Amino acid sequence: MASLFSRRDGAAHADIDKRRSASHESFLAHRAFFWARVAGFMSLFVVLTYVLVDVEPRHNGGSWYGYTLGTLGAGLIVWLAWLGIRKRRPTPGSWSLKGWTSAHVYLGLSLVVIGTMHTGFQLGWNVHTLAWVLMMLVILSGLYGISVYATLPQALSENRREMTREQMIESLATIDRQLETAAQPLAREDADRVIAALEQDVFAAGILARFRGPGSRDATRRALQHISTDRAYDDGADDLAQQKVRALLGKRAGQIDQIRRQMQIKALLEIWLYVHVPLTIALLAALTAHVVSVFYYW
Amino acid sequence: MGDKVRVAIVGSGPAGLSAAAHAAARGMSHVLLEKTDHLSDTIYKYQKGKHVMATPSNLVLRSDLDFEAGKRETILDTWDRQVAEGNVIVRTNAEVTGIAGTSGAFTLTLKDGSTIEAEAVVLAIGTQGNPNLLKLPGADLPHVQYQLDDPTEYVDEHITVIGSGDAGIENALGLAADAAQGNVVTILNRRADFARAKGANVKLLEEAEADGRLWVRRETSPVEVREREIVLETRDGQEVIRCDRIIARTGSQPPRAFIESCGVEFTSEDRAAFPRLSPSFETTQPGIHVIGALAGYPLIKHCMNQGYDVIEFLDGNTGLKPADEPILAEKFAGLPGRRSVDEWLETFRSKVVILQELSPLQMRELMLDSTVHAYDRGEVIFTRNEPGSSMFAIAEGSVLVEVNPEDPSITVPIETGSIFGEVGLISGRKRGSTIRAAEPTVVVEFSRLAALKLLATAPSANRAVNRISIERQVLQIFGSGLTPADIAGLVEAAEVVSVPAGEVVIVEGAEDKDIYIVRVGSMVVEKDLGGKPVFLSYLPAGSYFGEMAVIDGSKRTASVRAAIKSEVIRFPGEAFDALLDAKPEIRTRALADMAARREINDFIESRKASFGGAVDMYSQTAQFLVDNGLGEATDVLLIDEQLCVGCDNCEKACADSHDGLSRLDREAGRTYAHLHVPTSCRHCEHPHCMADCPPNAIRRGPDGEVVIDETCIGCGNCQRNCPYGVIRMDAKPPPKPGLLRWLLFGAGPGPGEASYAWRKRKAAEAGENAKLAIKCDMCSGIEGGPACVRACPTGAAIRVSPERFLTVARLEEKVD
Repeated sequence: MASLFSRRDGAAHADIDKRRSASHESFLAHRAFFWARVAGFMSLFVVLTYVLVDVEPRHNGGSWYGYTLGTLGAGLIVWLAWLGIRKRRPTPGSWSLKGWTSAHVYLGLSLVVIGTMHTGFQLGWNVHTLAWVLMMLVILSGLYGISVYATLPQALSENRREMTREQMIESLATIDRQLETAAQPLAREDADRVIAALEQDVFAAGILARFRGPGSRDATRRALQHISTDRAYDDGADDLAQQKVRALLGKRAGQIDQIRRQMQIKALLEIWLYVHVPLTIALLAALTAHVVSVFYYW
Repeated sequence: MGDKVRVAIVGSGPAGLSAAAHAAARGMSHVLLEKTDHLSDTIYKYQKGKHVMATPSNLVLRSDLDFEAGKRETILDTWDRQVAEGNVIVRTNAEVTGIAGTSGAFTLTLKDGSTIEAEAVVLAIGTQGNPNLLKLPGADLPHVQYQLDDPTEYVDEHITVIGSGDAGIENALGLAADAAQGNVVTILNRRADFARAKGANVKLLEEAEADGRLWVRRETSPVEVREREIVLETRDGQEVIRCDRIIARTGSQPPRAFIESCGVEFTSEDRAAFPRLSPSFETTQPGIHVIGALAGYPLIKHCMNQGYDVIEFLDGNTGLKPADEPILAEKFAGLPGRRSVDEWLETFRSKVVILQELSPLQMRELMLDSTVHAYDRGEVIFTRNEPGSSMFAIAEGSVLVEVNPEDPSITVPIETGSIFGEVGLISGRKRGSTIRAAEPTVVVEFSRLAALKLLATAPSANRAVNRISIERQVLQIFGSGLTPADIAGLVEAAEVVSVPAGEVVIVEGAEDKDIYIVRVGSMVVEKDLGGKPVFLSYLPAGSYFGEMAVIDGSKRTASVRAAIKSEVIRFPGEAFDALLDAKPEIRTRALADMAARREINDFIESRKASFGGAVDMYSQTAQFLVDNGLGEATDVLLIDEQLCVGCDNCEKACADSHDGLSRLDREAGRTYAHLHVPTSCRHCEHPHCMADCPPNAIRRGPDGEVVIDETCIGCGNCQRNCPYGVIRMDAKPPPKPGLLRWLLFGAGPGPGEASYAWRKRKAAEAGENAKLAIKCDMCSGIEGGPACVRACPTGAAIRVSPERFLTVARLEEKVD
């Protein structure tokens, strides 16, 4: 068919076209793994020079080689921490946060090599090693971050089923209203169960509950089980009312599960930042102490 | 009344009344003839309490009668009183059936047989006499009517109003005004916008629609009238709704036969043509003048001014300038040659083909909404790929079209009198080529709205524009080597066909040979593979399809159907074949050109076996995107939910780049196969939001983005018109404390859009701002482009244009 190979590409607006065709690749694959290659070569270079460069009496942070790696590492750490500012400041300019993240990930990983080679494996119970330990912990938490960023978004999308947070909450509120009306004809004991389900604040249980995810036993499930067990439903008015409540309780349990799953995935995607960021701050402090003390005792 | 009067004025509408009042004031002997028993029948028949508009607001009123916007009753009372006070001689129940004689000695015959002698005649009979009749099956059924005298007369009925002008809108509003009447009122509009109606009326209609008081069906036209129901053609196919009464208000025609019998000529044979008039409103029959709606100007203020003017002219004041003179003089001030407004108007009208049928009055109206430019030799008028939807006409000089983007020296001239830029107007797409002035040139630029109005009211202009655009598109298909003369037959045989969404234009395997050009909207190309349609490609407006069958005589290799409601130009295959037979070298070249297009088919065929699920997925994803507005989009934000971690940094960056309010809702919107279309502007080809913007504040920016400028008045029309819900009405919040102050000291709400509570509290301290319409402007003017994409940490947010995204090449692209 015609026009499949379009003739309308113009040169005049090339930059717009370039922007519009913004390459569809993840932060890990950004620019065909450009930063992975940079970080890989850098690490390889550092390992090779570590082996080849002869430092007397042995490799340590105080040699010219150690200082070089130390300066490089400290510079990287400060720059990597700057991502937190970059991310929150959408200034004009042709930067891409994806590019920054990509560089952050791979250059951050290369710090394992650069930082460790800087120490010359002279570790001990001191402020210098504290900085190294903190750096390794930050990198470890970052590794967790990479793994969840790579695996969880799909689950988040599937669980959402095109609903927004507000819509999920609204849906729950709607079910609650319907349930309240539907439960009016029920017997006292059944009605109490439903009221207990409605009264329970299902999301008030704190951090642990956020990770627990769906399927936990709560008042809604207990009510559902109560009203489903040992009953044979007929076409009578009572039975119909019970059936309706049962269906609504099922819907409510499903809706709560969706919200819980949403909270769980989001928590898994965010929790590491509560380690990564404070440890980075601690690292910056320890790094400052390390650098100051090194120069003080020169 | 046997005496001879200086002037007999026929019709007592605003024009006739004003003329009679001025004649009385000047002491000119006169008589005002009115066929009914009251003055100004048209306004008299307006609904009770109707608010009468006084547009255009920048036009001064020149009349002995007062007129300002207000209730029908107030206006009629004022006129009745002033006519009595001014000793205007009125004869009611005096319908004129014939006018005989020549200038200085006319005899007007009335219906009752009496006659009136007059030296001059002023016809101000309006156009209400002959409403346009519906032309569809069942239009002669008794429940179809063309007039609505009293809307309170009908109760508990399903009423359909046909017509998107002021009359239709006002009737619909009247019928739906009182909910207690229980009427279900539906108003149909063939187009998406109400270009022919007054802004305030459209606003009222939209308010009523938003309140659920009546149904507005846009891009819908009636197909058949049945007993108690009506069949409609909508964007999404045919629909039948209940309908007990139809009120058709599709405009009116001048009572032409009567006027022609007086010896007056019209500008053309066209049904909607107006009498040929001199600038002093004199017809081709000396002594007979025509003013008011019949002269081509339906607005009250203009009619009244004309009534005054025509008496001045009759009294010998030939130097009188129309009331809109200063407005036009200012517009034309920048043109070379120090010509008067009249000279320029006549230049435009006589030189530009599509304006030739317009009366001087219509010219004035059109020019009020248009701009004029003068260019020197070589000056660029617009460049290729520049967005723009205005249409240009060459009044003097000529222009050159750079047909080959690689080589600007290859040009095709467009001569004086022709038009250009019509593709942008019709298809809503960017300019196809750069256009330069070939010599010192004067062009008229019709804004999108003025151009649409011209095409809607001047059928001959519409036909001329159609013909020119078809001809140019055909020439473009075959590049150089053909002249307009070669394809004249083909263009003659072309036919514009509107295609509802989803309708198949070409069926795979069929043997028909017609060729099509997408004029408005877009098409999708599909190939049947093992019983499943495989999405091959997306054809935006301006593309052509179906030529392979003609060129090499093969069967149709794929199906083509409309992605959204579209218009195609159909050329009969035989005419095309004849052209190719006459020019064998063109067939040869076309065959060579086709090789590339063949590849796509071979590609699909060769991969049939290995594709399997990938093809299904791709086809369904493409279909999903078309369903979600990509078919009419120019640039869309998509989110790959395999990468999105839900950090909402896109929304935050959007808010922080634009006055603290986000123009996108990441979570809302549809998702298919982890591809999410968030609630964010698609920058449509024919933006629905642009349709009814009273201050004309919505336009296309330099990169094709649809933006709302600072003249927004916050009416909310655009928000209601947007089918994708991407426009929000909100007040600009006061500035937040800086990022470092937040980071270090916890000052302010932090990055992103502040909470509603914070904004409200701060606004209370700083003084409220008006709620205005805000929407995505594609970060127009911000270096680096859209902040949402730049601020996405994982690469989930991408911006795409449909023709780049919906290509079969993506089948091979691995997305991680």
